[in-house]
Amino acid sequence: MLSIFLICYPLLVALLMITVPNHKFRNFLAYSSAVFIIAAVGIFTTQWIMGGCHVIELFYDTEIVNMIIIGFELVLMVIVTYLCFKYKRYIISLLTIIPTLLIVYVELFGPEREAIAHIRIDYLSVLMCIIIGLVGSLIIVYAVGYMHNYHHHHHTEVKDRRGYFFMLLFIFMGAMFGFVLSQSLLWVDVFWETTSVCSFMLIGYTRTDEAVTNSFRALWMNLLGGTALALGITYQIYAYGNDSLTMLINSGIAKDSFAVIPVTLIAFAALTKAAQMPFSKWLMGAMVAPTPSSALLHSATMVKAGIYILFRLAPAMRDTLTGNMVSYIGGFTFFVASLMAIAQSDGKKVLAFSTISNLGLMVACSGIGRAETLWAGIFLMIFHAVSKSLLFQDIGAVENSTHSRDVEDMHGLVYRIPSLGSFMFIGIAGMFLAPFGMLISKWSALKACVDANNIILVLLICYGSATTMLYWTKWMSKIISYTNEPKIKVITKRDEMISLSIHAVLMIALCIMFPLLSRTYVEPLLLEMYGSSCTVLSMKILYTLVIIICFIFAVPIITFTHTKKEQINKKPAYMNGINEGDDVHFTDSFGDSKKLVMSNWYFKDFIGQRKIMVPCEIISSSILIVMLTIIMGGALL
Amino acid sequence: MTALLSFVIYLILAPFIGGLLDGLDRKISARMQGRIGPPLLQPFYDVAKLMHKQNIAVNRSQEFLVASFCMTQILAGCMFFAGSDILFCFFIISTGSTFLVFAGAITNSPYSSLGSSRELIQMMAYEPAVLLACVGLYLASGSFNVRDIVMQDTSAILFLPGFFLSYIFILTIKMRKSPFDLSTSHHPHQELVKGLTTEMGGRNLAYYTITEWYENVFLLGVVALFIINKNPSSYIAAIIVVLAVCFVETLIDNVSARVKWNFMLKSTWISTLLLAGVNLLILMLV
Repeated sequence: MLSIFLICYPLLVALLMITVPNHKFRNFLAYSSAVFIIAAVGIFTTQWIMGGCHVIELFYDTEIVNMIIIGFELVLMVIVTYLCFKYKRYIISLLTIIPTLLIVYVELFGPEREAIAHIRIDYLSVLMCIIIGLVGSLIIVYAVGYMHNYHHHHHTEVKDRRGYFFMLLFIFMGAMFGFVLSQSLLWVDVFWETTSVCSFMLIGYTRTDEAVTNSFRALWMNLLGGTALALGITYQIYAYGNDSLTMLINSGIAKDSFAVIPVTLIAFAALTKAAQMPFSKWLMGAMVAPTPSSALLHSATMVKAGIYILFRLAPAMRDTLTGNMVSYIGGFTFFVASLMAIAQSDGKKVLAFSTISNLGLMVACSGIGRAETLWAGIFLMIFHAVSKSLLFQDIGAVENSTHSRDVEDMHGLVYRIPSLGSFMFIGIAGMFLAPFGMLISKWSALKACVDANNIILVLLICYGSATTMLYWTKWMSKIISYTNEPKIKVITKRDEMISLSIHAVLMIALCIMFPLLSRTYVEPLLLEMYGSSCTVLSMKILYTLVIIICFIFAVPIITFTHTKKEQINKKPAYMNGINEGDDVHFTDSFGDSKKLVMSNWYFKDFIGQRKIMVPCEIISSSILIVMLTIIMGGALL
Repeated sequence: MTALLSFVIYLILAPFIGGLLDGLDRKISARMQGRIGPPLLQPFYDVAKLMHKQNIAVNRSQEFLVASFCMTQILAGCMFFAGSDILFCFFIISTGSTFLVFAGAITNSPYSSLGSSRELIQMMAYEPAVLLACVGLYLASGSFNVRDIVMQDTSAILFLPGFFLSYIFILTIKMRKSPFDLSTSHHPHQELVKGLTTEMGGRNLAYYTITEWYENVFLLGVVALFIINKNPSSYIAAIIVVLAVCFVETLIDNVSARVKWNFMLKSTWISTLLLAGVNLLILMLV
């Protein structure tokens, strides 16, 4: 029953959000709902674990609910079509009208469908619920404080529609819960469309020209995916007479020839949702929205929907052309997005490209479809959700305090704003420097690619991991560079700080508890999906590593604290001119005082977004079109 | 048991071997330039002197970062010689290198920061070749574990000539030899002063130097890994190859001038793709 609560409660709150005009009451409602949702997820998880972690299937007979869903889908279609006509994007409306009418037709006049369970609770969906519930709720807590500051700064140019904003956030959460819990593909479809439309509205929140353009780009790309999904579902219903995701996967594993087309179409839809090349631009455009929505889109929800469905399909994609297509697109995106991230100096854009790039690695993992790669992919997803949410919120808070989100302006951030600087450091470290997370994931992904004989992917991962390291390290060294500039007054609200601190603690806990998580949760998850157990690394090795790494960091810390009392001769830095004593100014050869400014390298002329985005889009579109043609042609002929 | 033994031997002997190789390098370089050169043990005298110098620092935290760098590099080497996973060793090495980059950047000194950004580009340049070398060894022996790789019937180099050459290519970067000594230089009278190590004084510089010795022994150990098989006489062949590689690196160091970063990056990536990539293609398809 709690699963229904998780889906419906956020939707109910969303209704209240838009109707309540009072800021204070609305904020209170947002806080309490966030707490409720976290508590509900907690109880839901405990109940499920107490029940023995079995697969639970619910709701066989859903005649009335199906009617409500059809009505809801039609409403969505009308809203989107209205907006498309209002902003004169007539063609995009076709992408909502065609699939919606198709689905409605199939549901009302299509062939008789088997009675299936509409909700399925298993390891993967519970994991997703935890991520969505925890990270999503924390983002909402953060949003309350952030939006207050945001409208304080932008009160002239952006109309205050906070009720609308929070309504969208809550609908989003409800739809995500529904998405990961549904087994019926018809239900999956409606939640899928809901998230697409919500993201479209969130991106267009400010109603500036840029926001409108970007939001429509996000809309058409996601609706294109939705169209593919609708076609896949229709095909499955006509071929198999049911709309169960699990049954589809089982036929996929059995290499049934009818399963090829629906699996491919759903995988294609997931690629658009996960912002893979050539559909990466919508996620970049999503940066114009206020920070909480970028955090929500990037970390816990929207893009994870694509990843989730790919993980589900992974066993069915193993050793198939579809799997190859997905892994090539993922690997390619991993590499080129990290290249473009190097050339960015806007912090939020670096994060956006790194999201796309990391998602690429997860997509590649799912495309190979082996238990080892899925293990790696799931860990990447967990680490990514927490770290990205932390980083986005932190950048938002930094921007509110310093009025800049440029990485160059973050020189010495850990000295200027110690709290936010350290959070940022933890976030980045968790993403790639953490003793394990990224490292072991990369290790097992690489090994599995070699085993799967996927040469192109091996090369892409090797080069991509080099470029990934560059942009993160570059950023980290910027924020820890010493500076004598004065401290900055922090105007971060308390609720933002609460959310940030919880994230930071979670991040550190994840790094330390990682072997435990692998043993108690991720390995059973793989056992459930693959039917055979998979131990990527033995516990002995993992624990030895944990101990060694702790020791490695203990020694320097001990020596450091030990020598702290010792006198050292502190000297200003060498500047090849007389250092004026503050480490910032020096006297040049004319005797004038000059300020020293240091900047990172960005190689904009070589690998900038302007330079390589279009070629990359062309290459990836060609891969996609050629492979889709081969797969579809092969299946139909 | 052998694992523990070679672990301890590495821990104790590596700095001496590394230091001797360093001394030899300086000696041979000097002879190539028509000088007599310093005594063979000069690197040890240098380090001993550095240890006794007054501790001068620009930033206190640098000591912590240099120590972390030192510890991680030694750990990677120990794991390698104890016969564990080679890919893991390299992951730890690159984590350690990040600490070195931080140690340079944290000072806010222009030359040190310049050196550390260049170090980063170097890391980006050699990382693919390093990872591919591990993949190659895995394909040749069916395991990432060093203890399995050394127990093969034939030397890995027979299957992996391309991987070997691409690894030698990036070894020039790793061992900080000209033309790829972008991040730090032997001679301070140049455009980047001493680069990354500009602001390291006294003890820190000594730690840094010792760590480099450890690291060099590890890197040359990987070279030997291409040669060694279960036949004991292959160890002698490996030592000869390692010494030959050292000589070649010294020679390259003496006959070339430092290049710009973009040339380094392009040439390394392309050579990696051509040498290791093509070798990989052949190995996986045949």
